[in-house]
Amino acid sequence: MSNVFSALTLGHFLTLGAVLFCISVAGIFLNRKNVIMLLMSLELLLLSVNINFVGFSRSLGDPAGQVFVFFILTVAAAEAAIGLAILVTLFRNRRTIDVADIDSLKG
Amino acid sequence: MSSALIISKTQLLLIVLLPLLGSLVAGLFGRKIGRQASHSVTILGVAASCVVSAHVLWQLLQGAAPFNENLYTWFQVGNYSAHVGFMVDKLTAMMMVVVTFVSLLVHVYTIGYMAEDDGYHRFFSYISLFTFSMLMLVMSNNFLQLFFGWEAVGLVSYLLIGFWFKKPTAIFANLKAFLVNRVGDFGFLLGIAGVLYWIGTLDYATAFANAGAMRDLTVTVLPGHEWSVPTVVCICLFIGAMGKSAQVPLHVWLPDSMEGPTPISALIHAATMVTAGIFMVARMSPLFEMSTTALNFILVIGATTAFWTGLIGMVQNDIKRVVAYSTLSQLGYMTVALGVSAYSAAVFHLMTHAFFKALLFLGAGSVIIGMHHEQDMRKMGGLRKYMPITHLTMWIGTLALVGTPFFAGFYSKDTIIEAVAHHAGEHPGSLIAQYANFAVLLGAFVTSFYSFRLLYLTFFGEERFREAHAHDAHGHDAHAHDAHHADAHHDDHGHGHGAHEPHESPWVVTLPLVLLAIPSIAIGFLTVGPMLFGTDMMGHEKQLPFFLGAIDVLKERDVMAALAEEFHGPVAFALHGFKAPAFYLALMGFLLATLLYMVMPEWRKGITRTLAWPIKVLERKYFMDDLWIGGFAGGGVKLGKLSRLFDGKVIDGLVVNGSAGLVGLTAGLVRKLQSGYLYHYAFAMILGLVALLALANHYWL
Repeated sequence: MSNVFSALTLGHFLTLGAVLFCISVAGIFLNRKNVIMLLMSLELLLLSVNINFVGFSRSLGDPAGQVFVFFILTVAAAEAAIGLAILVTLFRNRRTIDVADIDSLKG
Repeated sequence: MSSALIISKTQLLLIVLLPLLGSLVAGLFGRKIGRQASHSVTILGVAASCVVSAHVLWQLLQGAAPFNENLYTWFQVGNYSAHVGFMVDKLTAMMMVVVTFVSLLVHVYTIGYMAEDDGYHRFFSYISLFTFSMLMLVMSNNFLQLFFGWEAVGLVSYLLIGFWFKKPTAIFANLKAFLVNRVGDFGFLLGIAGVLYWIGTLDYATAFANAGAMRDLTVTVLPGHEWSVPTVVCICLFIGAMGKSAQVPLHVWLPDSMEGPTPISALIHAATMVTAGIFMVARMSPLFEMSTTALNFILVIGATTAFWTGLIGMVQNDIKRVVAYSTLSQLGYMTVALGVSAYSAAVFHLMTHAFFKALLFLGAGSVIIGMHHEQDMRKMGGLRKYMPITHLTMWIGTLALVGTPFFAGFYSKDTIIEAVAHHAGEHPGSLIAQYANFAVLLGAFVTSFYSFRLLYLTFFGEERFREAHAHDAHGHDAHAHDAHHADAHHDDHGHGHGAHEPHESPWVVTLPLVLLAIPSIAIGFLTVGPMLFGTDMMGHEKQLPFFLGAIDVLKERDVMAALAEEFHGPVAFALHGFKAPAFYLALMGFLLATLLYMVMPEWRKGITRTLAWPIKVLERKYFMDDLWIGGFAGGGVKLGKLSRLFDGKVIDGLVVNGSAGLVGLTAGLVRKLQSGYLYHYAFAMILGLVALLALANHYWL
């Protein structure tokens, strides 16, 4: 086990973080259907950031990074709650959660 | 000197203000006081003015000193103050008498001519106002008041040409007169400004005394051309005279002004107002004598007007237009006289012309009344039976006009012709002088031809007026008798019903004709010696020149003095006139007219056919109207349309709406960015972040 972990370098972490980040960004851009997917992509985005924090924390031997991860997770939970609440309200008002329909800010 | 020989302010103020008072009363209260009172008050005013004018002239003849005083300060600007003042010398007094006398007769005549017109009192108000304006013009002692009178007569002329304001042609004519006169007035105003600028005063006496100050000055109007100041000033002033006195090319308004009522044509467009330009140049002789160039310019314009406009008169069929072209031609003669420095001859012709041309116009008006407002000579003929007094007086006017020896026109016109011949003799190398000489000589022929043509077409030959009314000739005999009586008082209703016999006009119309016929015969004979040649009436004794002090001529240009040496009294002058070429040319004109219109009328067809093209040119008045209306006015309209197009398309379209459109277009493009989709914004944010990081990486790290 320790071999496996010790074999992981900072590069692996960062690569994973970058991959997650790209997936989430792609999720935000390409998703034309669902606000829920949007929220999930945002969560994923935050997680990719967390991976980076963890990776650097481990590499530098500084636990502060992991403390930040907790903060972020907390904020992400709150944000998810608010996001879902908005989603519910949105659905009540518009009878849809389709992203393409939510364009009343259009110029 | 006894007190009777001092001209008082009161007299002059009475002369000027009585017609104004009459005009105001008739104009403002005409409807209340009625027709009778309207014409009475204006006629009384003008009559009183005429009597006092005559008295002033008598005083001057008895040796009274000329009057020259400022009476009132109009306004002050800086150190310049404009005065209202009078300068009355013999030149002015003569003009005053002519103006008020002709005006008085026209007032009387109008009673008959306008009897049925709705605008009766308005008409009287206008002509009295005209008399006031004209008197202000001639009696002025400074340029500004002259300009005031000048514009005021122009205004009244405008009002009167368009007197029948429901007639579109009249409105067109009065607008035309006004606009063409503006062109002249612009030059006139520049001339006055020039006088003020270079001499420093607008007062006549001071300006003439100090005129030498500008003698040697030059001014650069166009770069590279230095012009002598007197020439520029004089030509500018003369352009004003060209407008008012209808000289080519600003003559186009005068024939059209015949749209106005006939008394006006007689008073304003023949006898008085149009001579204002001549009077003005004569009054400013000290200035004009300073520039030979300006005088030559005047000579060319005058000679052109004298001959070429007379030619047009030969083909006109409207009785008033023939007389109008004759007026143009005679004004040309006066201008020619000015051009050869024979100012006194010009003014003398102005005076005699005022009488006989007013006579001819009023006679033509009487014919028009008799024909029930028919003006086409082709529809007249044989009127001498029906209108004996008009016929006789028209003969007198015509004989005076063509320069028959012993008649008034002879003395003035022959003097001008002799003066021009003398001038041409003195300047054998000058094309201008020779041209003027030929123009005035041939003009005598032309004048004679159209004048007798008018007489023959109107008073002789077959009675063509019945053809016009042939359709109701059946009820004609029973009708004629009633119509005869009725129409003496109902002259203005046109030819609404039935065939009217022509009839002699009422006494208010014929009386002025007779009163004008007398000076048309005699005034030349009586005054030629004293006024022109500085002798007594019969030419025996020398006396001081009549216009001494009023008209200044350089010694070497003094044509009149040269002619005076050959003057041996009016009788000898007239007898000599029988031997002059001008007389033979006039005789030829008479014979040709007699031949073509009395003896062999059928020849006219052939001649008309052979000369079709020149006649066409004359009928189109040398295309001058086309030039002015189509060329300048039309060009102006086109320019206006172009500018409107420019305004619409460029200013409004491109600049105003264009800038708004550009903002809209930009906004339209930019709003596309605001798609409302969350993922677009997010993408922009990411992109922005990446760009920011790239920048930060590049510059700071």
